[in-house]
Amino acid sequence: MRNFEERRFTILLIFITVLVIFSIRLFYMQIINDYWKDRAAQISEYKVYTYPPRGIIYDRNGKKMVENKTFYDLMVIPKYLKEIDTTAFCKLVGITKEQFIKKINEAKKYSRYVPSPFEKQISSDNFERISEELYKYPGFYAQERMLRGYSQEIGAHVLGYISEVDSTDIKANPYYRSGDFIGKKGLEQAYEYELRGVRGVKYILKDAIGNETGSFENGKYDTAAMQGHNLYCTIDANLQAYGEMLMQNKKGSIVCIEPSSGEILALISAPTYNPSLMTGREKGKNYLTLLRNDSLKPLYNRAIQAMYPPGSIFKMVQSLIALEEGVITTHTGFSCDKSLVGCHAHPTANDLKKAIQFSCNPYFYQTTRRIIQQGKSKNAFIDSELGLAKWTKYMHSFGLGIDLGIDMPSVKKGFIPDTAFYNQPWPKGHGKHRWAFSTIYSISIGQGEVLVTPLQMANIAAIIANRGYYYIPHFIKGIGEKGNIPEYFLKKNHTLVSKTHFEFVADAMRAVVEEPGGTGGRAKIPGITVCGKTGTAENPHGEDHAVFIAFAPMENPKIAISVYVENAGFGGVWAAPIASLMMEKYIKGSVSDTLKEKQIKDAVILDTKKYKATLSSKKKKRNR
Amino acid sequence: MRQNNIQITQIDWFLICLYFVMCLAGLVNIYSSNYNPEKPEIYNLSQEYGKQLLWFVISITLGFLILLLEGNFLRKFVYEFYGIVITLLIAVLLVGVEKNGAKAWFGFGGFGIQPAEFAKVSVSLAIAKYLSQPGTKLQDSKTRINTFLFILAPALLIMLQPDAGTVIVFASYILVLYREGMGGNFLLFGLFAAIIATISLILKDSEIKLLLIPEELPGQWALSLIMLCFACIGYIGIKQQVQKRQQAKANLYLTIGLIASICIIHSVDYGFEKLLKPHQKERVEILLGLRDDPDGKGYNIDRSKAAIGSGGFTGKGYMNATLANAEQKHVPMQSTDFIFCTLSEEWGFIGSFGVLILFGLFLIRIIYLAERQRSAFTRIYAYCVACIIFFHVMINIGMAIGLAPVIGIPLPFFSYGGLH
Repeated sequence: MRNFEERRFTILLIFITVLVIFSIRLFYMQIINDYWKDRAAQISEYKVYTYPPRGIIYDRNGKKMVENKTFYDLMVIPKYLKEIDTTAFCKLVGITKEQFIKKINEAKKYSRYVPSPFEKQISSDNFERISEELYKYPGFYAQERMLRGYSQEIGAHVLGYISEVDSTDIKANPYYRSGDFIGKKGLEQAYEYELRGVRGVKYILKDAIGNETGSFENGKYDTAAMQGHNLYCTIDANLQAYGEMLMQNKKGSIVCIEPSSGEILALISAPTYNPSLMTGREKGKNYLTLLRNDSLKPLYNRAIQAMYPPGSIFKMVQSLIALEEGVITTHTGFSCDKSLVGCHAHPTANDLKKAIQFSCNPYFYQTTRRIIQQGKSKNAFIDSELGLAKWTKYMHSFGLGIDLGIDMPSVKKGFIPDTAFYNQPWPKGHGKHRWAFSTIYSISIGQGEVLVTPLQMANIAAIIANRGYYYIPHFIKGIGEKGNIPEYFLKKNHTLVSKTHFEFVADAMRAVVEEPGGTGGRAKIPGITVCGKTGTAENPHGEDHAVFIAFAPMENPKIAISVYVENAGFGGVWAAPIASLMMEKYIKGSVSDTLKEKQIKDAVILDTKKYKATLSSKKKKRNR
Repeated sequence: MRQNNIQITQIDWFLICLYFVMCLAGLVNIYSSNYNPEKPEIYNLSQEYGKQLLWFVISITLGFLILLLEGNFLRKFVYEFYGIVITLLIAVLLVGVEKNGAKAWFGFGGFGIQPAEFAKVSVSLAIAKYLSQPGTKLQDSKTRINTFLFILAPALLIMLQPDAGTVIVFASYILVLYREGMGGNFLLFGLFAAIIATISLILKDSEIKLLLIPEELPGQWALSLIMLCFACIGYIGIKQQVQKRQQAKANLYLTIGLIASICIIHSVDYGFEKLLKPHQKERVEILLGLRDDPDGKGYNIDRSKAAIGSGGFTGKGYMNATLANAEQKHVPMQSTDFIFCTLSEEWGFIGSFGVLILFGLFLIRIIYLAERQRSAFTRIYAYCVACIIFFHVMINIGMAIGLAPVIGIPLPFFSYGGLH
């Protein structure tokens, strides 16, 4: 009889094969592949985050501009819901019954055991009322949440706001999680990292139905939250508030800089909005209203983003370059030849000072031609290219056409054309060696392609106030306890023009305000010598924009300023008095001419109608 | 054949040691997986670890008693025992306690008894006795039919409970019968059929583009076509390589194989849809990757794999499981069907691999001892024990690591419950 003994090997082989396959599989799952480890953490752990309070922002005098305000999120855990008086509850929270049903269903869909937000960002006033009754409604509880609060509702454009991160934020920086807040615009964005601090995390084990069952490895991996740093900013809250008041019912901007430090004292963009609109649960609605339904674009920060042709203000920069290049002297005179470029009626400008004082266009046409075409080459085209390259370099040294590097996001650079720009083929440029000064002459009076921002113009005032250099304008005096600000804000940036020429231009600016016949007479401040320059930024779409830059006092200047009032026409009428009021307010602490103040405050310059009317018929404007 | 009286010197101490090691490891593991901080005493009978300890003591006592009994005594009453078990299996259908949808238990206070477990023992004893009788040869069809009847009767009764897991374990007798001389071809055929059926299931809802055929074909037809191509190659091979007089036979086998595989391909879907219950279908679909539902239908297997995978090389440490423990309960049935999860999560690869080695040694040792037996009865019984344990291990661990469908059968020595 056959015994089949050898078959034991087949059976052993089957046993061993299966066990070997299992071993390989276990080796793969437990050692090689990490998928199941992540999956296990996902299943068994909660991460509970603790959020530190965001840093507070103080003004230059230690006044709180932004602080934290407590809001409450009403949370719901569907599992613990009981029969309640729905009508009373809806009345308490301030929602309709339909909303109630919808919210409960959403929460149930998300999870029966995990809390989900029922009503977000309830203000503490409202919450006080709700909290007294909350015990009647099992399944609901409140979660504290810190949001921004403003004691004085000013400076929306400077401060910016915070909002919940969106998917782009999370993609850009993996630190953020859905539901986190991030600074948007202004200082909140620029100093997001310093202000926000670092959130803490606690790993908590959960069981299969989502209940907490203890901390993971006794909190070995938990981290504590680190508080955000406070920000001491350079804004003078009083001046900021005053400026916003002056600019009400107008479009435009005011930028005030302390020349001796580059600190920005006030930055006003009008129309502005109430920063409180950007917190609390109405935020989304408010934002859309401001963004979409307001033709005045209140969210647009004109002070750093609007680009205007500089107009006559440019003449001072042209003078400085011409003097430095030695193509004119302070005694050079040109006749007011209106065949070259349009001008207005004024006494003859037989020297540079008078030319600045009267803002004579043909004078600067001649001056700029001498800068651009210095006769270094016999070929006018090559000569112009050499001249323009030099001119562009000067302009950049004045902070024009470049990013100044201030501590605020979305700043515009303005535009200063260079040789590469004009060398582009038509229609973008003129093509290489196909342009000379006569082609590009409009740059001489700050028109044509030249564009600047109000911030850059205020910086020009600061440069002249300093007689030749500037500090990068900035918004902070200190961060946190240590109070350090970056080195590059403490460094002098010299222009390519020497100091003596600035003395001359400063004196010419004094004449603009202080001497009879000057265009900036309305900028006078009793007892203080003011240096200023009017300008008119040409607006192809309607009434021109009024511009005024100034600094005061002439010796040892405390403040440099640029004022833009859109559609207000000539700069001397509206912009100059605003500048004077601002400077007086800052230097003296109060304003003597209350009539002027009232006049400005009450004026309404919003020519939205005119804008539409003039869109079709573009008027050629003279520049003065 | 000689009478085989068991004596102390004949006891295999190596196997006994392995047995004790595994029982202890199982007990320690149950303690961790079911740990109740309010009742930490391992002998606390209200807890599963306390009961397991009691079972452990009972099984040692029983084992010792069996040692004392004469082998002959045991052999004499095999059929009577078989009869009692069959009666119990019928009785449990009438008066049993329903648990997890199956009427499989007699309840006695805090303990439950599952007659199906005794059925495994009695069937093993019965076929061991039957096949060891002189004159029974598995080559005879009469012997075969009788043997199958011995297995089939309790299997059908268990099917009625219904307890599919235990029924599947009865398939382990195929290995025993193979050892005792049944033809080997059916093993190969079984393997082949299983592979074809699996591929056919995976492809059942897909369309396949084959070479030279412009239209996309349903998966099953494409598979049939591929089988036909293989068969054609086979015919050509036979014509060229096989001796003339054997060609007819070879061609016949090949044709039968082809027809059978095409039948399997086309019937497996029908069988799958009609014969399996919805939850069984889902389990198979999840296993084959045809369905992805980690928090719903695939919950068990997802949690089980996460627990095992997260153990890493050295594990999270004893009593430190975060998924497969009594408090968190992410892994369901972590003390019975999914006990391997607790073990793998806490002891890591070292622990889980170690347990596989222990099982391997244990099985090899039983086979080794079985082959040394002079009596066919003890040899066959030993093979039965080995094959049943092997099937339990294969299905239970295979299920936990996602290589077998979810079938609720315990892991010997480790899962909670007596008499393994």
